[in-house]
Amino acid sequence: MAEIIAGIGTSHVPSIGVVHDQGRHNEPAWKPLFDSYEPVKKWLKETKPDIAIVVYNDHGCDFFFDKYPTFAIGAADAYPVGDEGWGRRPLPDFPGNAEFSWHLCNSLVYDEFDITVCQEMAVEHGFMVPMHLCWDHDETWPVQVVPVAVNVIQHPLPTALRCWKLGQAIRKAVESFPEDKKVVILGTGGMSHQLNGARFGHLNTEFDNDFLDKIEADPMALTEMTHQHIMEEAGAEAVELIMWLTMRGALGDSVSRVHRNYYAPMTTGMGLIALESAA
Amino acid sequence: MVQQVDKSRPIENTKVFTSEETQKGYRLNKFAMSMCKPENRKAFLADEEAVLAAADLTDVERQLIRDRDWRAIMDEHGGNIYMIMKIGAVIGEGLYQIGAHQRGETYEEFLATRNAAGAR
Repeated sequence: MAEIIAGIGTSHVPSIGVVHDQGRHNEPAWKPLFDSYEPVKKWLKETKPDIAIVVYNDHGCDFFFDKYPTFAIGAADAYPVGDEGWGRRPLPDFPGNAEFSWHLCNSLVYDEFDITVCQEMAVEHGFMVPMHLCWDHDETWPVQVVPVAVNVIQHPLPTALRCWKLGQAIRKAVESFPEDKKVVILGTGGMSHQLNGARFGHLNTEFDNDFLDKIEADPMALTEMTHQHIMEEAGAEAVELIMWLTMRGALGDSVSRVHRNYYAPMTTGMGLIALESAA
Repeated sequence: MVQQVDKSRPIENTKVFTSEETQKGYRLNKFAMSMCKPENRKAFLADEEAVLAAADLTDVERQLIRDRDWRAIMDEHGGNIYMIMKIGAVIGEGLYQIGAHQRGETYEEFLATRNAAGAR
Protein backbone atom coordinates (compact mmCIF):
# COMPACT_ATOMS: atom_id res chain seq x y z
CA MET A 1 0.00 0.00 0.00
CA ALA A 2 1.14 3.52 -0.72
CA GLU A 3 1.24 6.01 2.14
CA ILE A 4 1.78 9.72 2.69
CA ILE A 5 4.75 9.93 5.00
CA ALA A 6 5.23 13.67 5.15
CA GLY A 7 4.22 17.12 4.01
CA ILE A 8 6.14 20.27 3.26
CA GLY A 9 4.81 23.81 3.11
CA THR A 10 7.06 26.15 1.16
CA SER A 11 7.03 29.43 -0.73
CA HIS A 12 7.79 29.31 -4.46
CA VAL A 13 9.16 32.81 -5.11
CA PRO A 14 10.45 32.96 -8.73
CA SER A 15 13.60 34.97 -7.93
CA ILE A 16 14.83 31.91 -5.97
CA GLY A 17 14.88 30.10 -9.31
CA VAL A 18 16.97 32.78 -10.98
CA VAL A 19 19.48 32.75 -8.12
CA HIS A 20 19.61 28.94 -8.22
CA ASP A 21 20.34 28.94 -11.95
CA GLN A 22 23.06 31.57 -11.50
CA GLY A 23 24.67 29.72 -8.58
CA ARG A 24 24.33 32.69 -6.21
CA HIS A 25 23.25 30.59 -3.22
CA ASN A 26 25.97 31.94 -0.94
CA GLU A 27 25.31 35.65 -1.39
CA PRO A 28 24.70 37.19 2.07
CA ALA A 29 21.04 38.05 1.45
CA TRP A 30 20.28 34.60 -0.04
CA LYS A 31 22.33 32.25 2.14
CA PRO A 32 19.84 32.26 5.05
CA LEU A 33 17.13 31.09 2.67
CA PHE A 34 19.07 28.27 1.02
CA ASP A 35 20.67 27.16 4.29
CA SER A 36 17.24 26.77 5.84
CA TYR A 37 16.41 24.02 3.32
CA GLU A 38 19.47 21.91 4.14
CA PRO A 39 17.81 19.99 7.02
CA VAL A 40 14.85 19.22 4.75
CA LYS A 41 17.12 18.05 1.93
CA LYS A 42 18.99 15.79 4.34
CA TRP A 43 15.74 14.40 5.78
CA LEU A 44 14.43 13.67 2.26
CA LYS A 45 17.68 11.91 1.38
CA GLU A 46 17.20 9.67 4.41
CA THR A 47 13.48 9.00 4.02
CA LYS A 48 13.72 8.62 0.21
CA PRO A 49 10.11 9.21 -0.85
CA ASP A 50 9.24 7.58 -4.19
CA ILE A 51 6.70 10.19 -5.26
CA ALA A 52 6.17 13.90 -4.59
CA ILE A 53 2.71 15.38 -5.06
CA VAL A 54 3.26 19.09 -5.64
CA VAL A 55 0.34 21.45 -5.13
CA TYR A 56 1.04 24.75 -6.91
CA ASN A 57 -0.49 27.34 -9.18
CA ASP A 58 0.29 28.08 -12.80
CA HIS A 59 1.17 31.78 -13.25
CA GLY A 60 0.58 31.83 -17.00
CA CYS A 61 2.80 29.07 -18.32
CA ASP A 62 0.62 26.18 -19.46
CA PHE A 63 -2.74 27.73 -18.52
CA PHE A 64 -4.29 31.05 -19.48
CA PHE A 65 -7.61 32.70 -18.66
CA ASP A 66 -9.23 31.34 -21.82
CA LYS A 67 -9.65 28.16 -19.75
CA TYR A 68 -8.25 28.15 -16.27
CA PRO A 69 -9.01 24.98 -14.31
CA THR A 70 -9.89 25.14 -10.62
CA PHE A 71 -8.02 21.89 -9.99
CA ALA A 72 -5.83 20.18 -12.61
CA ILE A 73 -3.70 17.08 -12.14
CA GLY A 74 -0.89 15.77 -14.27
CA ALA A 75 -1.21 12.21 -15.58
CA ALA A 76 1.97 11.69 -17.56
CA ASP A 77 5.30 9.91 -17.33
CA ALA A 78 7.22 13.17 -17.83
CA TYR A 79 6.62 16.89 -17.34
CA PRO A 80 8.67 19.34 -19.39
CA VAL A 81 10.11 22.55 -18.01
CA GLY A 82 7.91 25.34 -19.37
CA ASP A 83 8.78 28.78 -20.74
CA GLU A 84 7.14 31.52 -18.66
CA GLY A 85 8.54 34.31 -20.77
CA TRP A 86 12.16 34.16 -19.57
CA GLY A 87 13.21 31.16 -21.67
CA ARG A 88 13.57 27.56 -20.57
CA ARG A 89 15.41 27.19 -17.30
CA PRO A 90 18.45 24.85 -17.25
CA LEU A 91 16.69 22.15 -15.22
CA PRO A 92 15.98 18.57 -16.20
CA ASP A 93 12.38 17.64 -17.09
CA PHE A 94 10.49 15.93 -14.29
CA PRO A 95 9.74 12.19 -14.19
CA GLY A 96 6.09 11.34 -13.59
CA ASN A 97 4.19 8.15 -12.85
CA ALA A 98 1.15 8.01 -15.10
CA GLU A 99 -0.22 4.87 -13.47
CA PHE A 100 -0.13 6.44 -10.02
CA SER A 101 -1.57 9.73 -11.33
CA TRP A 102 -4.47 7.99 -13.07
CA HIS A 103 -5.18 6.10 -9.88
CA LEU A 104 -5.36 9.41 -8.02
CA CYS A 105 -7.61 10.90 -10.70
CA ASN A 106 -10.01 7.95 -10.58
CA SER A 107 -10.24 8.05 -6.84
CA LEU A 108 -10.65 11.85 -6.67
CA VAL A 109 -13.39 12.02 -9.31
CA TYR A 110 -15.38 9.21 -7.70
CA ASP A 111 -14.85 11.04 -4.42
CA GLU A 112 -16.61 14.00 -6.10
CA PHE A 113 -13.59 16.17 -6.95
CA ASP A 114 -14.18 17.12 -10.58
CA ILE A 115 -10.59 17.69 -11.59
CA THR A 116 -9.09 18.38 -15.00
CA VAL A 117 -6.83 15.51 -16.04
CA CYS A 118 -3.72 16.62 -17.98
CA GLN A 119 -1.77 14.16 -20.14
CA GLU A 120 0.56 16.97 -21.16
CA MET A 121 1.58 19.59 -18.64
CA ALA A 122 4.52 21.98 -18.71
CA VAL A 123 5.59 23.00 -15.21
CA GLU A 124 6.78 26.40 -14.04
CA HIS A 125 8.25 28.26 -11.08
CA GLY A 126 5.37 27.51 -8.73
CA PHE A 127 6.24 23.84 -9.14
CA MET A 128 9.97 23.94 -9.87
CA VAL A 129 11.28 26.27 -7.16
CA PRO A 130 10.05 24.01 -4.34
CA MET A 131 11.52 21.00 -6.17
CA HIS A 132 15.06 22.38 -6.42
CA LEU A 133 14.89 23.80 -2.91
CA CYS A 134 14.09 20.36 -1.50
CA TRP A 135 15.97 17.98 -3.84
CA ASP A 136 19.32 18.02 -5.55
CA HIS A 137 19.28 17.17 -9.21
CA ASP A 138 21.80 16.26 -11.86
CA GLU A 139 20.54 15.12 -15.24
CA THR A 140 17.36 13.91 -13.55
CA TRP A 141 15.42 14.09 -10.28
CA PRO A 142 15.54 11.48 -7.50
CA VAL A 143 11.74 11.39 -7.11
CA GLN A 144 8.71 11.01 -9.38
CA VAL A 145 6.20 13.84 -9.32
CA VAL A 146 2.49 14.53 -9.60
CA PRO A 147 1.72 18.19 -10.38
CA VAL A 148 -1.55 19.41 -8.86
CA ALA A 149 -2.42 22.90 -10.14
CA VAL A 150 -4.93 25.02 -8.21
CA ASN A 151 -6.56 28.25 -9.36
CA VAL A 152 -5.46 30.83 -6.81
CA ILE A 153 -5.15 33.73 -9.27
CA GLN A 154 -8.52 34.33 -10.98
CA HIS A 155 -11.47 34.67 -8.60
CA PRO A 156 -13.65 32.80 -7.78
CA LEU A 157 -11.02 30.55 -6.19
CA PRO A 158 -11.75 27.32 -4.38
CA THR A 159 -12.31 27.93 -0.67
CA ALA A 160 -9.71 27.17 1.98
CA LEU A 161 -11.93 24.36 3.26
CA ARG A 162 -12.24 22.89 -0.24
CA CYS A 163 -8.46 22.82 -0.55
CA TRP A 164 -8.25 21.04 2.80
CA LYS A 165 -10.84 18.47 1.68
CA LEU A 166 -8.88 17.89 -1.52
CA GLY A 167 -5.94 16.96 0.67
CA GLN A 168 -8.08 14.51 2.62
CA ALA A 169 -9.29 12.96 -0.65
CA ILE A 170 -5.69 12.73 -1.92
CA ARG A 171 -4.76 10.81 1.24
CA LYS A 172 -7.59 8.31 0.65
CA ALA A 173 -6.53 7.97 -2.98
CA VAL A 174 -2.88 7.35 -2.10
CA GLU A 175 -3.76 4.78 0.55
CA SER A 176 -5.80 2.79 -1.95
CA PHE A 177 -2.88 2.48 -4.40
CA PRO A 178 -1.84 -1.19 -4.25
CA GLU A 179 1.93 -0.82 -4.64
CA ASP A 180 4.22 0.12 -1.79
CA LYS A 181 5.13 3.75 -2.39
CA LYS A 182 6.33 6.41 0.01
CA VAL A 183 4.68 9.69 -0.88
CA VAL A 184 5.43 13.22 0.23
CA ILE A 185 3.10 16.13 -0.50
CA LEU A 186 4.16 19.74 -0.98
CA GLY A 187 1.84 22.71 -0.50
CA THR A 188 3.45 25.73 -2.11
CA GLY A 189 3.04 29.48 -2.45
CA GLY A 190 2.79 32.54 -0.24
CA MET A 191 3.36 33.57 2.40
CA SER A 192 2.32 37.22 2.74
CA HIS A 193 2.85 39.21 -0.44
CA GLN A 194 1.14 41.64 -2.75
CA LEU A 195 2.29 42.29 -6.30
CA ASN A 196 -0.39 44.63 -7.64
CA GLY A 197 -1.41 48.19 -6.85
CA ALA A 198 0.24 50.79 -4.66
CA ARG A 199 0.29 48.23 -1.81
CA PHE A 200 2.93 46.27 -3.78
CA GLY A 201 5.42 44.83 -1.31
CA HIS A 202 3.00 44.46 1.61
CA LEU A 203 4.27 41.95 4.18
CA ASN A 204 2.72 40.66 7.40
CA THR A 205 5.24 38.72 9.45
CA GLU A 206 2.87 38.26 12.37
CA PHE A 207 0.21 36.71 10.12
CA ASP A 208 2.79 34.43 8.52
CA ASN A 209 4.16 33.14 11.82
CA ASP A 210 0.66 32.55 13.14
CA PHE A 211 -0.11 30.62 9.94
CA LEU A 212 3.01 28.49 10.49
CA ASP A 213 1.87 27.76 14.07
CA LYS A 214 -1.62 26.78 12.98
CA ILE A 215 -0.74 24.76 9.89
CA GLU A 216 1.04 22.44 12.30
CA ALA A 217 -1.21 22.47 15.36
CA ASP A 218 -4.63 23.87 14.44
CA PRO A 219 -5.19 23.67 10.69
CA MET A 220 -8.98 23.63 11.01
CA ALA A 221 -8.80 27.24 12.18
CA LEU A 222 -7.13 28.12 8.87
CA THR A 223 -9.87 26.42 6.83
CA GLU A 224 -12.31 29.01 8.18
CA MET A 225 -10.44 31.94 6.66
CA THR A 226 -12.11 33.66 3.71
CA HIS A 227 -10.06 34.87 0.77
CA GLN A 228 -11.05 38.39 1.79
CA HIS A 229 -9.49 37.92 5.22
CA ILE A 230 -6.24 36.51 3.84
CA MET A 231 -5.96 39.27 1.23
CA GLU A 232 -6.70 42.06 3.71
CA GLU A 233 -4.18 40.80 6.21
CA ALA A 234 -1.41 39.37 4.09
CA GLY A 235 -1.81 40.82 0.60
CA ALA A 236 -3.83 39.89 -2.48
CA GLU A 237 -1.34 37.26 -3.67
CA ALA A 238 -1.01 35.67 -0.19
CA VAL A 239 -4.20 33.79 -0.97
CA GLU A 240 -1.88 31.15 -2.48
CA LEU A 241 -1.54 29.91 1.10
CA ILE A 242 -4.76 27.94 0.78
CA MET A 243 -2.67 25.39 -1.14
CA TRP A 244 -0.79 24.59 2.07
CA LEU A 245 -4.11 23.31 3.42
CA THR A 246 -4.23 20.63 0.73
CA MET A 247 -0.84 19.44 1.98
CA ARG A 248 -1.96 19.54 5.61
CA GLY A 249 -5.31 17.89 4.87
CA ALA A 250 -3.43 14.94 3.40
CA LEU A 251 -1.44 14.35 6.60
CA GLY A 252 -4.20 13.44 9.05
CA ASP A 253 -4.76 14.88 12.51
CA SER A 254 -1.46 14.29 14.20
CA VAL A 255 1.89 15.41 12.86
CA SER A 256 5.39 15.97 14.17
CA ARG A 257 7.48 18.87 12.99
CA VAL A 258 10.85 18.19 11.40
CA HIS A 259 11.79 21.75 10.55
CA ARG A 260 10.46 25.30 10.28
CA ASN A 261 11.87 28.57 8.97
CA TYR A 262 10.78 32.06 8.05
CA TYR A 263 12.62 34.76 6.11
CA ALA A 264 11.18 37.92 4.56
CA PRO A 265 13.94 39.79 2.74
CA MET A 266 12.13 41.47 -0.16
CA THR A 267 8.43 41.33 -1.05
CA THR A 268 7.37 37.86 0.07
CA GLY A 269 7.33 36.07 3.40
CA MET A 270 9.31 32.95 2.56
CA GLY A 271 8.01 30.20 4.82
CA LEU A 272 9.05 26.60 5.24
CA ILE A 273 7.60 23.85 7.35
CA ALA A 274 8.25 20.10 7.17
CA LEU A 275 5.85 17.76 8.93
CA GLU A 276 5.84 13.98 9.35
CA SER A 277 2.60 12.04 9.43
CA ALA A 278 2.18 10.40 12.80
CA ALA A 279 1.31 6.71 12.47
CA MET B 1 -22.69 29.90 0.86
CA VAL B 2 -20.10 32.34 2.19
CA GLN B 3 -18.93 34.99 -0.26
CA GLN B 4 -15.16 34.84 -0.32
CA VAL B 5 -14.55 38.32 -1.75
CA ASP B 6 -16.43 41.11 0.01
CA LYS B 7 -16.95 43.91 -2.48
CA SER B 8 -18.30 46.14 0.28
CA ARG B 9 -14.81 46.10 1.81
CA PRO B 10 -12.42 47.20 -0.94
CA ILE B 11 -8.82 46.74 0.13
CA GLU B 12 -6.87 49.96 -0.07
CA ASN B 13 -4.42 50.23 -2.99
CA THR B 14 -5.26 46.69 -4.06
CA LYS B 15 -6.83 45.10 -7.10
CA VAL B 16 -8.43 41.74 -6.50
CA PHE B 17 -8.39 39.82 -9.79
CA THR B 18 -12.12 39.20 -10.02
CA SER B 19 -14.42 38.38 -12.93
CA GLU B 20 -14.68 42.12 -13.70
CA GLU B 21 -10.90 42.52 -13.92
CA THR B 22 -10.22 39.39 -15.96
CA GLN B 23 -12.88 40.36 -18.53
CA LYS B 24 -11.63 43.93 -18.75
CA GLY B 25 -7.99 42.91 -19.02
CA TYR B 26 -8.44 39.92 -21.31
CA ARG B 27 -6.74 41.39 -24.40
CA LEU B 28 -3.81 42.87 -22.49
CA ASN B 29 -3.26 39.69 -20.51
CA LYS B 30 -3.53 37.53 -23.63
CA PHE B 31 -0.99 39.70 -25.40
CA ALA B 32 1.36 39.40 -22.40
CA MET B 33 0.89 35.63 -22.36
CA SER B 34 2.01 35.50 -26.00
CA MET B 35 5.50 36.51 -24.75
CA CYS B 36 5.93 32.93 -23.47
CA LYS B 37 6.92 32.08 -27.06
CA PRO B 38 10.52 32.98 -27.95
CA GLU B 39 9.60 33.99 -31.49
CA ASN B 40 7.10 36.54 -30.15
CA ARG B 41 9.70 38.00 -27.78
CA LYS B 42 12.14 38.29 -30.65
CA ALA B 43 9.56 39.99 -32.87
CA PHE B 44 8.60 42.44 -30.10
CA LEU B 45 12.22 43.44 -29.55
CA ALA B 46 12.85 43.77 -33.29
CA ASP B 47 9.80 45.92 -34.08
CA GLU B 48 7.54 46.73 -31.16
CA GLU B 49 5.25 48.96 -33.22
CA ALA B 50 4.61 46.29 -35.81
CA VAL B 51 3.80 43.72 -33.12
CA LEU B 52 1.48 46.13 -31.30
CA ALA B 53 -0.26 47.02 -34.56
CA ALA B 54 -0.93 43.39 -35.36
CA ALA B 55 -2.08 42.50 -31.84
CA ASP B 56 -5.72 42.28 -30.78
CA LEU B 57 -5.51 45.39 -28.59
CA THR B 58 -7.30 48.74 -28.48
CA ASP B 59 -5.37 51.93 -29.22
CA VAL B 60 -5.55 52.79 -25.51
CA GLU B 61 -4.02 49.43 -24.62
CA ARG B 62 -1.26 49.84 -27.21
CA GLN B 63 -0.40 53.21 -25.72
CA LEU B 64 -0.30 51.79 -22.18
CA ILE B 65 2.31 49.28 -23.33
CA ARG B 66 4.31 51.93 -25.21
CA ASP B 67 4.25 54.09 -22.07
CA ARG B 68 5.22 51.12 -19.78
CA ASP B 69 2.39 52.44 -17.62
CA TRP B 70 2.32 49.43 -15.30
CA ARG B 71 0.30 51.19 -12.65
CA ALA B 72 -2.57 52.09 -15.00
CA ILE B 73 -2.45 48.66 -16.65
CA MET B 74 -2.99 46.96 -13.28
CA ASP B 75 -5.18 49.55 -11.55
CA GLU B 76 -7.52 50.55 -14.35
CA HIS B 77 -7.26 48.12 -17.26
CA GLY B 78 -7.48 44.65 -15.74
CA GLY B 79 -3.82 43.70 -16.07
CA ASN B 80 -2.82 40.61 -14.12
CA ILE B 81 0.65 41.01 -12.66
CA TYR B 82 1.71 37.45 -13.49
CA MET B 83 0.91 38.02 -17.15
CA ILE B 84 2.00 41.65 -17.47
CA MET B 85 5.43 40.93 -16.00
CA LYS B 86 6.13 38.81 -19.10
CA ILE B 87 6.10 42.04 -21.15
CA GLY B 88 8.43 43.58 -18.59
CA ALA B 89 10.77 40.61 -18.91
CA VAL B 90 11.15 41.14 -22.65
CA ILE B 91 12.17 44.78 -22.30
CA GLY B 92 14.29 44.30 -19.18
CA GLU B 93 11.95 45.64 -16.51
CA GLY B 94 11.62 43.10 -13.73
CA LEU B 95 8.93 42.58 -11.13
CA TYR B 96 10.50 44.98 -8.65
CA GLN B 97 10.79 47.80 -11.19
CA ILE B 98 7.13 47.26 -12.07
CA GLY B 99 6.31 47.23 -8.36
CA ALA B 100 8.15 50.48 -7.70
CA HIS B 101 6.20 52.11 -10.54
CA GLN B 102 2.92 50.90 -9.04
CA ARG B 103 3.95 52.38 -5.68
CA GLY B 104 4.83 55.70 -7.32
CA GLU B 105 8.47 55.36 -6.25
CA THR B 106 11.81 55.16 -7.97
CA TYR B 107 13.42 51.72 -7.99
CA GLU B 108 16.00 52.92 -5.46
CA GLU B 109 13.32 54.34 -3.16
CA PHE B 110 11.45 51.06 -3.28
CA LEU B 111 14.56 48.97 -2.55
CA ALA B 112 15.28 51.13 0.50
CA THR B 113 11.96 49.94 2.01
CA ARG B 114 13.01 46.27 1.99
CA ASN B 115 14.52 44.18 4.81
CA ALA B 116 17.34 42.69 2.71
CA ALA B 117 17.28 44.16 -0.77
CA GLY B 118 20.22 41.98 -1.83
CA ALA B 119 17.76 39.08 -2.11
CA ARG B 120 16.70 39.88 -5.65
